[in-house]
Amino acid sequence: MREALSKNGGPRVGVYICHCGKNIAGLVDVQRLTEYAATLPGVAVARDYKYMCSDPGQVLIQKDIAEHKLDRIVVAACSPLLHERTFRSATEAGGLNPFYFQMVSIREHASWVHTDKEEATRKAQDLVRAAVQRVIYHESLERRRVPINPAVLVVGGGIAGIHAALTIANGGKHVYLVEREPTIGGHMAKFDKTFPTLDCAACILTPKMTAVRAHPNITLWTYSEVSQVEGYVGNYKVKVKRRPRYINEELCLGCLECIPACIYKEAKHPDEFNLGLSKRRPIYIPFPQAVPQVVVIDPETCIEFKSGKCKKTCVEACGERNAIDFRQTERTEEIEVGAIVLATGFKTFDAGRVPYYGYGVYPNVYSALEIERLVNASGPTGGEVVLRDGRKPERVGIIHCVGSRDENYNVYCSRVCCMYSIKLAHLIKERTEAEVYNFYIDIRTPGKGFEEFYTKTLAEGVHFVRGKVGQVSDWATAPEEQGKLVIQVEDTLAGMIRRIPVDMVVLSPGLDPQPDAQEVRRLFNISCSNEGWFLERHPKLAPVNTFTDGIFLAGACQGPKDIPDSVAQAGAAAAESLALIDAGYFELEPTTAYLLAEECSGCKTCIPLCPYNAIAFDAEIAKAAINEALCKGCGVCVAACPSGSIQQHLFDDRQIYAEILGVLAGATAAS
Amino acid sequence: MSNPTKPQVAFYWCASCGGCEEAVVDLADGVLAVVDAVDIVFWPVALDFKRSDVEARPDGSIAVAFVNGAIRTSEQEEMAHMLRRKAQFLIAFGACSHLGGIPGLANLWDRESVLRGSYSEAPSVVNPEGTLPQESWQEDGRRVTLPAFRDTVRTLDQVVEVDYYIPGCPPTPKLLMDAVQAILSGALPPRGSVLAPDIALCDQCHLKATKPDRLLLASFKRPHQVLIDPETCLLSQGLLCLGPATRAGCEALCPHGNMPCTGCFGPTSRVHDVGAKLVSAVGSAFDASSPDAIEAVLSTIPDPVGTFYRYSLPASRLRRKVSQAAPAEAAQ
Repeated sequence: MREALSKNGGPRVGVYICHCGKNIAGLVDVQRLTEYAATLPGVAVARDYKYMCSDPGQVLIQKDIAEHKLDRIVVAACSPLLHERTFRSATEAGGLNPFYFQMVSIREHASWVHTDKEEATRKAQDLVRAAVQRVIYHESLERRRVPINPAVLVVGGGIAGIHAALTIANGGKHVYLVEREPTIGGHMAKFDKTFPTLDCAACILTPKMTAVRAHPNITLWTYSEVSQVEGYVGNYKVKVKRRPRYINEELCLGCLECIPACIYKEAKHPDEFNLGLSKRRPIYIPFPQAVPQVVVIDPETCIEFKSGKCKKTCVEACGERNAIDFRQTERTEEIEVGAIVLATGFKTFDAGRVPYYGYGVYPNVYSALEIERLVNASGPTGGEVVLRDGRKPERVGIIHCVGSRDENYNVYCSRVCCMYSIKLAHLIKERTEAEVYNFYIDIRTPGKGFEEFYTKTLAEGVHFVRGKVGQVSDWATAPEEQGKLVIQVEDTLAGMIRRIPVDMVVLSPGLDPQPDAQEVRRLFNISCSNEGWFLERHPKLAPVNTFTDGIFLAGACQGPKDIPDSVAQAGAAAAESLALIDAGYFELEPTTAYLLAEECSGCKTCIPLCPYNAIAFDAEIAKAAINEALCKGCGVCVAACPSGSIQQHLFDDRQIYAEILGVLAGATAAS
Repeated sequence: MSNPTKPQVAFYWCASCGGCEEAVVDLADGVLAVVDAVDIVFWPVALDFKRSDVEARPDGSIAVAFVNGAIRTSEQEEMAHMLRRKAQFLIAFGACSHLGGIPGLANLWDRESVLRGSYSEAPSVVNPEGTLPQESWQEDGRRVTLPAFRDTVRTLDQVVEVDYYIPGCPPTPKLLMDAVQAILSGALPPRGSVLAPDIALCDQCHLKATKPDRLLLASFKRPHQVLIDPETCLLSQGLLCLGPATRAGCEALCPHGNMPCTGCFGPTSRVHDVGAKLVSAVGSAFDASSPDAIEAVLSTIPDPVGTFYRYSLPASRLRRKVSQAAPAEAAQ
């Protein structure tokens, strides 16, 4: 340190102690801390101020840099996560390199975590001394800029992916929309009405689906999956695997004449879109409004694929359009994009996992998604709510929170099952005039118009029983229970066990992450929360960003959400993508790891460790190579490099040792 | 005997095994060229000079003094100080004077337990009175003295300033020859340098290309436990080869002999604590994700300090096991 100090008579450090109102000043003696800081070697100015992050606080730094010829700045205030950027900017505005700055957290690390004023002040002194000793060794660093490719990849064609794709495309950027299923539309396409306004889902969704198809800026790839992602913000190289649908998409007009022409006179195979409630043929379209309007052949059930001896009546029907191609194979498209929006959605909780509700055991126990299809005017029954045997139910029980708010399954609330259960209760009552019972733990109606919708449904005569259902069974213990399903529940408002016989049970499952969420997160190099939802960078301040720059989240892949929230988030993800692209370049934090290539022995220790795939082995020169554009500065490779040949800007040994010795100097002095 | 036109050279040994002296002899025919070029004025192991002969020489008159061995006793301290005064260049020669070496592992104990272990507890010792060496003893009117035995083993540069280091246990003849030539020709790197390449050993290892990109080790083997494949990276065979963390310069002598590197050349200039570095590097290759599985891998490294700090405990950040009994000397 003495050496650094003697150079040109400098450095000259300015130390600024923030009161943070009473947050810091309430427990740390800021006056004494400031006086102490002024005595530290190299410190030219030490001041305290009520709010350093305010404009006058920042101006104070800028003026001092000029007046006192400061060349290093230390601010002792809150956590760097909150205001490091603020004070680096202030340092830069004062004419210094922004990295000639060090921040000390005396709020989170001293005042907030202690109760003794003397000890908190002493700890603050230790931390300030460490920062002053460290900042002397700071070096001037430059932020590098990388150009941004203006195209965007949107993964997932549900309502979130559709909305994000349209918003970005309307902004004039090219979008690749990749969807795993043969059609876009996602879960919303299965719904009849949406809560709480009872809008017809198809009426509001299908125009958006058609707009995607027609948009000149959107390339839509359905029946496709992303198989590889390489590169970094602004410069992603993506491979998309396109499954064969055995139909030439360019030539198919969507006339659907091939479907009734299929050699199967009767549809025999469970229809995935209707959750098996109806049948389809081997050549099919998921639903009439599917986008693209292109049929698909299922090779598992098609006779031509099974035996090669079909009469191919579908090809005959297609005629000179000639769109059917049995020899189609899987293809891989390679694209380059600057940003990626993940909108891969959710899966409903498998109600069969709760054995005491009898899903899969009693035919008349349904999942809510099946009921969505039954109440849907274009569903398998044309909107009629009927039991498996075609009878109209007279009594229906809807069980909320299946698999949600339950420590045996998911502890979190699914956010949507209260409202969709109330919606289904309304629709079932409307269609069947049945007695409808809702069994709930709590009714949660925090959204706009939600409580009103609940009150209205109550007024319609739908019953609400507060209690977690213990069991659904067909064991009759009374004459009126004969031939019925009996819901046994503790009615916690009435304070009694009740047995309620019904004809139909509707289970309202919660939302699960997609089963392949872990593979997807690895593919895109992002993180998942404990529950398996994609992790946002910050729950409040960066809810659609991820820890990987240029990758954004939309919709329920980030956590359970209803349609308005999914769309709002999709809009935000689109805006983030557009902001990134329109800047034209991305500034990389310079606190990256870098390789001393001469000194690298090529031992490969670092290669598998990088969580961002920023390190590769250059076989030609038998040394590691770090892509600084990918590096996030986590320091894992720096710590692991056994020969010290990977270093990190702003975290070199001199800086770290100076900081450690600074912290410990107090302990030595005291003992 | 001394020829004023030739540069004068001294060799001395402190706490060491004698292998470094052997390395000088290992120059074989090369030693003639050295003798031709220099005038050896002190080399207790081979030539009959006395301490007083060196003391009589003017300060700074010896061109180079090569000192091997760590510093354990008061006598070694005195000799180190004297040679520092007499020589223009003081060279720490070999792992013990460079880093503390094998004798440095004694820093896991204190002075008392070392003496007790050697003079009374060792199974081959009969010492019912528990007599321990004394620095001074009066018998029949005559006083005999012994050098003081310190609590801590130190490197040469923890006692006197050192100009250059020649690493190795022992240094190879080539390194010694290169060093002598560099000193004679004046083509020297910055003072304080280690006179060996500043890159890890993998760079010189003939097995480097066979190391996989990702190592996943569920257990470590010791050389006597496995049939070693001489064609494959030893670390990837589960042998704890320290090549990735060890300074090059030996041209991978041990791996060439089918033995893993044990780290005698010490770390590169960029590493302050080679043991800590090794723990971090080797730990990252564990094929284990649960605490139990990690424990199972660790159990295959029976002597972590003796493995990762084999030659460098005194020079490391750890330096020694802190002795509760003698904190004052431990902190010296």
